[in-house]
Amino acid sequence: MNPHRTLATARRVLLQLRSDPRTVAMLLLVPCLLIVLLKYAFDGRPEVFDSLGAPLLGIFPMIVMFLVTAVATLRERTTGTLERLLTMPLGRMDLLLGYALAFGLVALVQGVLAFGLTVGVLGLSVTGPSWALLAVAVADGLLGMALGLFVSAFAATEFQAVQFMPAFLLPQLLLCGLFTPRDTMADWLHAISDVLPLSYAVDAMNRITSQSGFSGALAVDLAVVLGCTLLALALGAATLRRRTA
Amino acid sequence: MVNSTPAVDVRGLRVTRGGRPVLDGIDLVVERGSVTGLLGPSGCGKTTLLRSVVGVQRIEAGEVRVLGLPAGAPALRDRVGYVTQAPSVYADLSVLANLRYFAEVLGAPKADPERVLEEVGLREHAKDLVGQLSGGQRARVSLAAALLGAPELLVLDEPTVGLDPVLRQELWQLFHRLAAGGATLIVSSHVMDEAARCTALLLMREGRLLAHDTPQALLDATGAADIEAAFLALVAGEGAR
Ligand SMILES: Nc1ncnc2c1ncn2[C@@H]1O[C@H](COP(=O)(O)OP(=O)(O)OP(=O)(O)O)[C@@H](O)[C@H]1O
Ligand SMILES: [Mg+2]
Repeated sequence: MNPHRTLATARRVLLQLRSDPRTVAMLLLVPCLLIVLLKYAFDGRPEVFDSLGAPLLGIFPMIVMFLVTAVATLRERTTGTLERLLTMPLGRMDLLLGYALAFGLVALVQGVLAFGLTVGVLGLSVTGPSWALLAVAVADGLLGMALGLFVSAFAATEFQAVQFMPAFLLPQLLLCGLFTPRDTMADWLHAISDVLPLSYAVDAMNRITSQSGFSGALAVDLAVVLGCTLLALALGAATLRRRTA
Repeated sequence: MVNSTPAVDVRGLRVTRGGRPVLDGIDLVVERGSVTGLLGPSGCGKTTLLRSVVGVQRIEAGEVRVLGLPAGAPALRDRVGYVTQAPSVYADLSVLANLRYFAEVLGAPKADPERVLEEVGLREHAKDLVGQLSGGQRARVSLAAALLGAPELLVLDEPTVGLDPVLRQELWQLFHRLAAGGATLIVSSHVMDEAARCTALLLMREGRLLAHDTPQALLDATGAADIEAAFLALVAGEGAR
């Protein structure tokens, strides 16, 4: 691992993003727009926004980051630049961390915007500290990014990469406790949901919604989300092969 | 010790791709300072052989040594430049931004991007987005990236395809300048008339090496008037055996 090459890679990815302002705008604004929709779709039942606002503040950025990183890294593979880079003195982790830094920065900006809108403009009120919403939202964006990097290793085309969203994220969305509390699920589904990272992301947001203070349980949830992010990055590096058939 | 070893030393190389044998026992030695042309019909395995030399091809059997080390060894990664057959550069970055990034990855000198741009004749396009260049210009950006850091071995997969005669002439002059400076070049092509510009030729067919000699020796041995005829004579000779 080499910090110089990692930073060079991050800068290059950001430069690429800069030449695509439409993608940047969608990255930053789509989660905000969805939250506005949520707020006014439940205009007559404000308690829905208060209970779902926090979890969705984490989930929307995660989905958006997942898609954009999966496609970006896949593009690196299909255009042959990955093959070139792998003949160069660039560590596999340098490449992945470079991507992680660049998209992590995007996730941070995205999280700040969505957080400012949700709490500042739309007036979401939570029992816990509202800064914790920001921390978890950014962690969720990072998780989406890392999962996107990981699954892109298994996609041969951009069509496949996009299909990983319904195949990989939507089941997690169904099981994460957003639609029904996880302890009311069939036991085997509950057990499955216990090992899915999104469950911890939503648990964390629910704790902030209903519990005061920054509890130990909240810290554990946040640590699980960040741990899964690192795990996905490590797995992504392991699936990146210099020699291919 | 280093300079006595050949640039590339391949023994009994066998590669299977998609369940089919693509390289079927290749043995060859490429001397340092040579400009070796790799010629053969489409699908004969040129790209696969070059991928094996740069160490990105999974091989089934045999040994590939480059500059005295196993192909793909970490110590080779800033000593071997590779141009893939399809230009492998970022379409959404400027020419200069592409070269700056690759230069940083290679740890090449700061002035290298400008130098290689000059060498491939793209200086006035430095600020252009690669996606807005013509196909031939894009191929030259890809070539320029491989020249960064002045590698000892350059592996070029059809670097002159789609270029006009003047430009091709200029690039071949560049290749010989690089060789005169001590670099070794392996250049694949399926344009036989480029063969005469090489100091050594590898003729391939269906995953096997038909011949490895200087252009003149190949003409003498086959009595053919040009390399294309020599190639056909070699194929016919093989069939007769
Ligand atoms: N990714 C791949 N998976 C499976 N088979 C492949 C793959 N790439 C190439 N092949 C097969 O390997 C053989 C050799 O391909 P290769 O690309 O080395 O040929 P080539 O001599 O470079 O051809 P060309 O002059 O058209 O570039 C071909 O028969 C091709 O079908
Ligand atoms: Mg080829």
